Amino acid sequence: MDENTPILQVDGLNTTFYRNGSALAALRDISFSVARGEVLGLVGESGSGKSVTLRSIIGLARRYGDVTGAVRWQGRDLVGMADRALRQIQGREIAMIFQEPMTSLNPLLTVGLQLEETLRAHTDLSRTARRDRATEMLDLVGIPSASQRLKDYPHQFSGGMRQRVMIAIALAANPKLLLADEPTTALDVTIQAQILDLILQLAQDLDMGVLMVTHDLGVVAQTCDNVAVMYAGRIVEQGPVRDVLREPRHPYTVGLMRSVPENLPPRSPLYSIPGVPPGLDALPVGCAFAPRCASCIAPCSQDRPTLSLITEGRQVACFNPIATSQGNAA
Amino acid sequence: MSSLNYIFKRLLLMVPTFFLVMVIIFMLVRMLPGDPAIAMAGDRASDADIQAIRERLGLTEPMLVQFWLFLSNTVQGDLGRSILMRTDVIDVIADRLPITVFLTVYSVVLSLLIAGPLAFVAALNRGRWPDAVIRTIFQIGLSMPVFYIGLVLLTFLAAQLRLFPVGGYGDTFGEKLYHLFLPSVTVALYTSAIIMRNLRSAIIEVLDAEYVQFARAKGLPSRLILGRHVLRNALISTVTLLGLSIGNLMSGTLVTETVFAVPGMGRLMLEAIFARDYPLIQGLTLTFAVLVSLVFLMTDLFQSRLDPRMRLQ
Repeated sequence: MDENTPILQVDGLNTTFYRNGSALAALRDISFSVARGEVLGLVGESGSGKSVTLRSIIGLARRYGDVTGAVRWQGRDLVGMADRALRQIQGREIAMIFQEPMTSLNPLLTVGLQLEETLRAHTDLSRTARRDRATEMLDLVGIPSASQRLKDYPHQFSGGMRQRVMIAIALAANPKLLLADEPTTALDVTIQAQILDLILQLAQDLDMGVLMVTHDLGVVAQTCDNVAVMYAGRIVEQGPVRDVLREPRHPYTVGLMRSVPENLPPRSPLYSIPGVPPGLDALPVGCAFAPRCASCIAPCSQDRPTLSLITEGRQVACFNPIATSQGNAA
Repeated sequence: MSSLNYIFKRLLLMVPTFFLVMVIIFMLVRMLPGDPAIAMAGDRASDADIQAIRERLGLTEPMLVQFWLFLSNTVQGDLGRSILMRTDVIDVIADRLPITVFLTVYSVVLSLLIAGPLAFVAALNRGRWPDAVIRTIFQIGLSMPVFYIGLVLLTFLAAQLRLFPVGGYGDTFGEKLYHLFLPSVTVALYTSAIIMRNLRSAIIEVLDAEYVQFARAKGLPSRLILGRHVLRNALISTVTLLGLSIGNLMSGTLVTETVFAVPGMGRLMLEAIFARDYPLIQGLTLTFAVLVSLVFLMTDLFQSRLDPRMRLQ
């Protein structure tokens, strides 16, 4: 297969939740694709819809609200797929790991059982073969004396080790795409790098696409090939990581980058984007970022800018994008 | 530590508990108005007769001596003679205990059979009509007194439709199941209402837990997710509640055994209180205390089987 043929193609994905009678537009018109072996980052503030995007792709969100649009997985649409058929893809072809290793493993079951049940659902392996495979997986993610630790419960592992266990479970059935929902946010900084390296290494070894959700631009810079910046349920900017980070075009991306404290003298005030994101039940008519935007111009509050191609591979949804300044690092 | 070790330690810890229980029983009984000697002797007895009975019961001794006698006899398994039954208290209790234990276990099993599936249906249909219907029915059940439900069932199902016996106990296991069905259901309706409410909210909470989302993302069959991941976790708080409500359940048998004429410990307790049968009241109270403590111990053991985090180092 051609390197650039997308395995996942998300097209016009909308997700709506209903709370106390009002509709929350959690996702609107999300479109992107992930190629085999590609690492795509989704960044944005809390509540921008990164997590919901992953949960909409893998079929968790539809239990809680309406999901429309298309999620094409190797030619099949997952959005309208029956639960039974979807289960053949969940965990087997597309796997997901969660943010909180403390709460994402069942506290009452041994990690061995939680690993083996995935294998049991998705492979024809015998009981002993499953045990061997489970040991192999724990070993692969770097858990010492793996075969003995199968009998242990999640609370007997440290946070970083638990995240490794979760990765082992997710990858047990050899998925082609990994959805990683802020996999390092809950971990110590030193452990973060280890886990990211592990994910990247495994993705490369197993030729697996990764959709990495994070609010940390540093993580994006280190790990991703391409990045999509999300704001209030929409993608506002998208492109190759190097280009986007070197030359952000959307004012929100610029704001996000300025919020990362870097090369600052001690005790200088930290920058944060003024204001707060709009509520999803009361989105502004025009651009959702307009009320907080320094580059806001007249049409911004009336019309919503669509995500459109501005240069090769770069898409921005803005009426007044930041001008390029060739050669200047952001 | 092995679980045997743990059980032994817990049993040892019960000793001070029971000492306190016995102090309380001893005091309470002696604070009850009325004199057992008068009750025993009857209306036409002379003062001398009454005095003689008092001496025979040891009621003329100083309080501390009485308590010491009570304590040492009890430890030796001698709970005294029942004034009412004119036999040893321990024999009376041994006779009635199985009936009440059977009734209580039966009620617990029925409660779980009623509450479990309905809690699942309600939780999985949260906010929709099945949830509303189930919750409303249980709300009504909760607000009706146990004896009233018992009487309604008795007059309707037993007396009018003759589907069930109006009283008695039965000999074989099957007969017992049949005879004790109505009293057990009566107790179970109330208990299951409490369990249903608790289990329903526990299931709802667990359904949204990240580890259940993770289990779904793994593509596991729904059966497995509900049975292995959801139910087990939801049961933890419910088992605690069930253990704690065992006391309630037992005092419930006091009423139901009376309404349904079941010759268990509950009814015996009422009779003993009316007859001022001190030794019997003491023996029964102690037995109830032992039963409740054992249930708590069993709850803890079950809990630690269920939840590895609670396993005792």
